[in-house]
Amino acid sequence: MIKNTIERTSVELTKEDFVSDQMVKWCPGCGSHAILSSIEKVFPKIGYRKENFMVVSGIGCSSRFPYYVNTYGIHGIHGRAAAIASGVKIASPRLSVWMATGDGDSMAIGGNHFIHIIRRNIDVNILLFNNQIYGLTKGQYSPTTPMGAITKSSPQGTIEHPFNPGELVLGAQGTFFARATDNNPKLMVDVMFEAAKHDGTSIVEILENCVIFADKTHAAVTAKDLRDDFQVILKHGEPLIFGTNKDKGIRLNGTLLEVVKIGENGITEKDLLIHDQYSHDPGIHLMLAKMAPPHFPMAFGVIRSAMYPTYDDMVEDQITLAKNTSKIRCVDDLLNSGETWEIK
Amino acid sequence: MVSKNIVDRDEVVIKFVGDSGDGMQLTGTLFSDTAALAGNDLATFPDYPSEIRAPHNTVAGVSGFQVHIGRTKIHTSGDLCDVLVAMNPASLKANLKWAKPGATVIVDADSFEEDAFTKAGYTQNPLDDSTLSGFNLIKAPISSMTRDALAEIGLDSKTAEKSRNMFALGIVCHLFSWNGEVTQSILAQKFKNKPNIISANKLVLEAGYSYADTVEALPTLRVQPTKEIKKGRYRNITGNIATAWGFLAASERSGRPIFLGSYPITPATDILQELAKHKSLGAKVFQAEDEIAGICSAIGASYTGSLALTTTSGPGLSLKSEAIGLAVMTELPIVIVDVQRGGPSTGLPTKSEQSDLNQALFGRNGECPVVVIAAGSPVDCFYSAYESAKIAMEHMTPVILLTDGQQANGSELFRIPRVYDLPRINPPIAEANDPDYQPYKRDPKTLARQWALPGTDGLRHRIGGLEKENITGNVSSDPANHQLMVNLRQAKVDKVADFIPKLEVTGDPDADLLVVSWGGTHGTMLTAVSEIIGQGKKIAHAHFKYIMPLPKNTKEILGKYKKIVVCELNMGQFVNYLRMTHPEFKYEQFNKVQGLPFMVSELVVKFNQLLEEK
Repeated sequence: MIKNTIERTSVELTKEDFVSDQMVKWCPGCGSHAILSSIEKVFPKIGYRKENFMVVSGIGCSSRFPYYVNTYGIHGIHGRAAAIASGVKIASPRLSVWMATGDGDSMAIGGNHFIHIIRRNIDVNILLFNNQIYGLTKGQYSPTTPMGAITKSSPQGTIEHPFNPGELVLGAQGTFFARATDNNPKLMVDVMFEAAKHDGTSIVEILENCVIFADKTHAAVTAKDLRDDFQVILKHGEPLIFGTNKDKGIRLNGTLLEVVKIGENGITEKDLLIHDQYSHDPGIHLMLAKMAPPHFPMAFGVIRSAMYPTYDDMVEDQITLAKNTSKIRCVDDLLNSGETWEIK
Repeated sequence: MVSKNIVDRDEVVIKFVGDSGDGMQLTGTLFSDTAALAGNDLATFPDYPSEIRAPHNTVAGVSGFQVHIGRTKIHTSGDLCDVLVAMNPASLKANLKWAKPGATVIVDADSFEEDAFTKAGYTQNPLDDSTLSGFNLIKAPISSMTRDALAEIGLDSKTAEKSRNMFALGIVCHLFSWNGEVTQSILAQKFKNKPNIISANKLVLEAGYSYADTVEALPTLRVQPTKEIKKGRYRNITGNIATAWGFLAASERSGRPIFLGSYPITPATDILQELAKHKSLGAKVFQAEDEIAGICSAIGASYTGSLALTTTSGPGLSLKSEAIGLAVMTELPIVIVDVQRGGPSTGLPTKSEQSDLNQALFGRNGECPVVVIAAGSPVDCFYSAYESAKIAMEHMTPVILLTDGQQANGSELFRIPRVYDLPRINPPIAEANDPDYQPYKRDPKTLARQWALPGTDGLRHRIGGLEKENITGNVSSDPANHQLMVNLRQAKVDKVADFIPKLEVTGDPDADLLVVSWGGTHGTMLTAVSEIIGQGKKIAHAHFKYIMPLPKNTKEILGKYKKIVVCELNMGQFVNYLRMTHPEFKYEQFNKVQGLPFMVSELVVKFNQLLEEK
């Protein structure tokens, strides 16, 4: 049974409650500033006590995040944020646990922990800053860098197939996946709220620009003149419509998705795919997560938000059951259980 | 029935060996429980292959269980055995070298068929040639008599085959002048939901007993109940179970919930499995995706206020190194248990060594001190786990607890303590809204920082692996601050010496020769030292449980003796640590790295040799 045991705040909180006294040391123009400012909007409005927030991170530019939010926090080691966050949430389910990580931290060195926290569905909200580059080590390719990209460690272009984080999340039986861009704060705030509401592991992939080492890496979907035609913002229960003139849509044709023009060939809104973020079957969610230019727009918003029991709740259930049924109620009981005898 | 003289013995070592599926672990456990109820002190050691079921009747598939029982205090599971029970040719082949000259060797003669003894590597039947000429051989038709015993209740021969071990146990009960009733009642308890098994085992056990009554060559021994152990309630316990229980006791006594993040690895897995059973005591056990996640989840749990643990063996400790550094930098309490096995790499997973000491002391990047404690026996694993948890929480530091495969799987009698009688544990938990709270402000007595638990009002703070500014805990790369923090972290660990017991000298403190040991060799050393003293010679013994920091009187003790020899199951890791920390003394060393414990006899030979040298 899903239980939310995080204590609620009795006073109204504001952004000021979460601003840390530390100097923010990201580069001017870095997308992380926008992510931080979105979090400062979201945390006060979730309704939890400010002392019940906990931010965990690994290593990399994104992972400096905990120092910049006034909550409890751990800045961990490279790739291990998901493992640290798992321990935090299991040990202390009354905390709202957030994790800041990057494409190097979670897709490469921490890939194992990333898939396993998702598989277990531990109630942690993961913000995946995807800038397709190693920033803090100054510009090597990452597991999400597009094939052929020239970086400091791939002078002739990368020869690796990049991960699509959405595919990885759904492949690991993820219950929540959303996507946003660093230049659309409203969307970021919306999906962060949705992630907070979801019980279980929530992954929010944020396409982020690194002005220094991978400038405009997401331009094909985020550039002002392209974004309307290459972003479809999903809303539960609504048809998938996009385009500068709101005249394009996505429909399911047989087993495949297809871009169609509303009004052409007799196509109306009724023919379009209606988004069901709560569907347990991840089939359509996977197709949506994989959509990309040039033939498709990229899907943003909440792609999947399916309800499943969380690991941390089930731990509490097992403990409650054991406490109610076991004869061993204290360590003295344990020490004296089974075969014992008296020496006089 | 033949009438026999009963021979009284102070101590006896018996070893049960057979194929992996022959039930030798159960037989050994039943035997040791019976001996314990008969009032003997004892120590046990199981000896099994790393393969689960190696091919039938091969030497690779031999499983054994050794029990040392005594009227006197027993400190080891014994060197060589007085009685060897071998259920097949391969187990005889693998274990005859561990039998004393003249030992009673009981074999299942039915199992010595040509393909079986050939598979074991014998060219002819060892029961018929001179292989066993130096021993008191009992050729018991165990398989056929077991079948006969069970025929009357209509059990098929395959099921009957599985009860052979009980026939052997029946013989052994007779050999030790026990009437078998105690064993029957233990069996009844063990299989209380399987009445068919109880009745079959009872029949076979009785058949074995009656058979033994007719064998003239079988001696009858008697080990009188011991008078040397303290009054009280007792149980038998292995080191791994004791480790798990010590942590549960520390959790209860400190009021801190227990969290274990662990990944299965031989020979440490039993601790994980045992703690997983105790959710009624609030134990949260997380079987992580790897060793790194095991410790990292524990670090997360520690930050939130849990007694946080991770358990592993040598290769796993290597994987945890970086995360131990994070716990050192964040000054969070955590206990890392390393049940040492033979290394390097995968090494000898089911065998025992003390070769992870260097790794525990030095195996991390940077200046990275942690407390290192080594348990001295299966029962001491309980107290060492308790104390590791106490030190970790009260001093806000990672503690590495070293045990080893021998202790982990070996067992001895445990005088059951009351949790209330164990020392108090008072973690330095920060108070809500403390206006003076600073993440890295320290208690001058311990140099520990305070533990500020998430969810508490007015204590929000961030910590992490980047160097911290003194007091505030803010990120700092200031050179002078780094030096200061390096000094403080070391001083905090050094200060633990103010809170641990002094080093004691046993044996004859006025001797010229001091023999030094640490960790799991304690029992063997004690036995060897008392043997030397029994020979009328002078020898002193110092055993180290606290490795980092060393007890405060270490220098004073080492300075008293003309000759110091450090004995350990590695190439000299502790002796080199002493050479580093106390270079003013001269040390000799005695080492063995075979995946096996020291034998008392080899220590006695070495000590005598050192005593004779001038």
